[in-house]
Amino acid sequence: MALATPARPASPAPAKPPRHRPARGAKRARWDMKYSPYLYIAPFFVIFGIFGFYPMLRTAWMSLHDWDLIGAHTFIGFDNYAALLKDEYFWNSVFNTLGIFVVATVPQLVLALFLANLLNRTRLRAKTLFRMAIFVPNITSVAAVAIVFAMLFQRDFGVANWLLSLVGVDPVDWDAQRWSSWTAIAFMVDWRWTGYNALILLAGMQAIPRDLYEAAAIDGANQWRQFWRITLPMLTPTFVFVVLLSTIGGLQLFTEPLVFGNGNMRGGTQREFQTVAMYMYEKGINSLNTAGYGAAIAWALFVLIGIIAAINFALVRRTVK
Amino acid sequence: MSVIRRRNRLVALAAVSALVLGVAACGSDDGDSSGSTGGKPDKLVVETFGEFGYDELVKQYEKDTGIKVELRKTAQLNEYRPKIVRSLATGKGIADVVALEEGILNEFKINPTNWADLTPLVADHSKEYLQWKWELGKAADGRLIGLPTDVGSLAVCYRSDLFKAAGLPTERDAVTALWPDWDAFIETGKKYRAATGKGMLDSVTTAASAVTMQVGGDIFYDKDDNIVADKSAAVKQAWDTSLKMVDANITAKTATWSPEWSAGFKQGTFAATFCPSWMLGIVQDNSGPENKGKWDVAGVPGKSGNWGGSWLAVPERGKHKTEAAKLAEYLTSATSQVAAFKLKGPLPTNLEALKNPEFQSYTNEYFSGAPTGKIFGGSVEGIQPVHLGPKHQAVKEQAMEPALRAYENGEAKAAAAWDQFIKDAATQGAF
Repeated sequence: MALATPARPASPAPAKPPRHRPARGAKRARWDMKYSPYLYIAPFFVIFGIFGFYPMLRTAWMSLHDWDLIGAHTFIGFDNYAALLKDEYFWNSVFNTLGIFVVATVPQLVLALFLANLLNRTRLRAKTLFRMAIFVPNITSVAAVAIVFAMLFQRDFGVANWLLSLVGVDPVDWDAQRWSSWTAIAFMVDWRWTGYNALILLAGMQAIPRDLYEAAAIDGANQWRQFWRITLPMLTPTFVFVVLLSTIGGLQLFTEPLVFGNGNMRGGTQREFQTVAMYMYEKGINSLNTAGYGAAIAWALFVLIGIIAAINFALVRRTVK
Repeated sequence: MSVIRRRNRLVALAAVSALVLGVAACGSDDGDSSGSTGGKPDKLVVETFGEFGYDELVKQYEKDTGIKVELRKTAQLNEYRPKIVRSLATGKGIADVVALEEGILNEFKINPTNWADLTPLVADHSKEYLQWKWELGKAADGRLIGLPTDVGSLAVCYRSDLFKAAGLPTERDAVTALWPDWDAFIETGKKYRAATGKGMLDSVTTAASAVTMQVGGDIFYDKDDNIVADKSAAVKQAWDTSLKMVDANITAKTATWSPEWSAGFKQGTFAATFCPSWMLGIVQDNSGPENKGKWDVAGVPGKSGNWGGSWLAVPERGKHKTEAAKLAEYLTSATSQVAAFKLKGPLPTNLEALKNPEFQSYTNEYFSGAPTGKIFGGSVEGIQPVHLGPKHQAVKEQAMEPALRAYENGEAKAAAAWDQFIKDAATQGAF
């Protein structure tokens, strides 16, 4: 808005255009140098402010209230947080979230590393095709993926049980136990995100200078040894980044378990696969009168992600070094 | 010069895009019920769940009034309810006419100011409906928030072809005679299991719903809305009957509304389910045209009862409350209720509709020509109103049914399942 004003300053310019031009141009340029960088980065901050920062503050405010979505709001201080610490179902959802995160992320990163390493081979044909192909799962809609996988893992008519029956395993009621539901959900997550992580890792690998490998080869190091001694250590920064991204994504897991559990926020009759995000939704939205409690869960999740990201950061840095 | 000019252009572009995004972000796009404020609306939105049978009726209404009607449907009540909550809380995407089911009605009655008082907006219909049904449409502060649509009543839908294959009788009176009480029903289920190796009933939760409503009285709440799930006679009886069914292994263990359940109708995974009148349309849609004539309707074990039924309400924040109330009035009129019943099965509550010969003599072709008008119509008078507390539906769907299913699937022992139910009833039922 403010921009329109200096762009057309009321000046006697029209009278003697040729002489005034340089002066005005210089002023404009100075102004431009000073302020326009802020404008360039403004869109992000404006959008973050509206969709990120304001909701966070609002959620914090809500979490201090006994908040009925369509009724009264009463200020109760930190009571919601106190109740949360004693809430068995909250800790259950934390356990599930962390469990699914480990079950899904560990194989996913190993697989991504393996794929990236394969794609990094110099003698691979149709490289671009393969690189694009492993990314395709990521651009499919998460709901579509979840619906299809939920069908694969159905008890009565699912493909997974049919395959198991071929090797003589009894049909599994996938959503009736922790291990089976976690496995099914991990499949969905990995199917979508392995290729994405592989591409990031691949980009990291390509930044590693070739002469290191050549020197190692001359010294007699085989591919395996080169991978452990050169690729992995040099990949540390990228790996830390990928782990952080997976942590944030994994802890916010929502759509996959929700659709897998047939749209029920509970996540199984015994809450076997209810994640923190689902519990937040159950309390914050589904239950009309506990929106404040839901907001407290949202903040707890925020803190949790912070803690785990910090732990991961420290761990990954140390081990890969 | 050219560099500067290009930069300026970029700055302008950035400014414009920031503005556009900003406007789009804060823009209040009420979109759905667009049109002029005041005067005749272009379009009204009706929000329903399950099958209300309004498809043909709204076409007629559009023809008569020139107002377009958008019919929004959500399959399940537990997905429908959050939508209503969201629209009430934010005022965004709010429909003009909203269907409220008996299980969630009381929850919305706690804050009656969200709903328009219909008394001044429609003619006086207080004597035209089942008395108790009409009274339930009123909130504590006296405002009329809902016009009655349907009641559920109770019956059993069964697959006569599967019953035949199991060596059971197939004719509807003979099937009704199979189960004068719940023990007899369980015995029939055992015979079915012995003959076919399959479960007769879809799941215990449908039976539990039927039993709670049959016993009636206080269910999860007493008259003062204290939670009494652990002491209620209706709950106890439903719980015990359900456990007996699980122990006798007569169910197919398909959770209601799950994909297994929906597919089960076509696949013949189970041969019977409990059918309030509104369930007929759902059974028909899930079974598909290829199973026409295979389903039939028989009486329930034990006495009559009511499961489900709804009201049409008008949100206070809607833009066209007068027109919306008129539309609700039209959709709940005697002739409309009969038409809806014929299309999808919701049972009329309008006294005139219940006496209508067209209703009484109606036979449902899909259900092997079962005289559903007679079967359900005859039971309506006997329905006793049941007190459902504010969060009845939440306690039923989020406390009782998960606990029962956990027992049914062998995930929890009986005592543990009961404890889980009572604990969840306290948190889910709080309001």
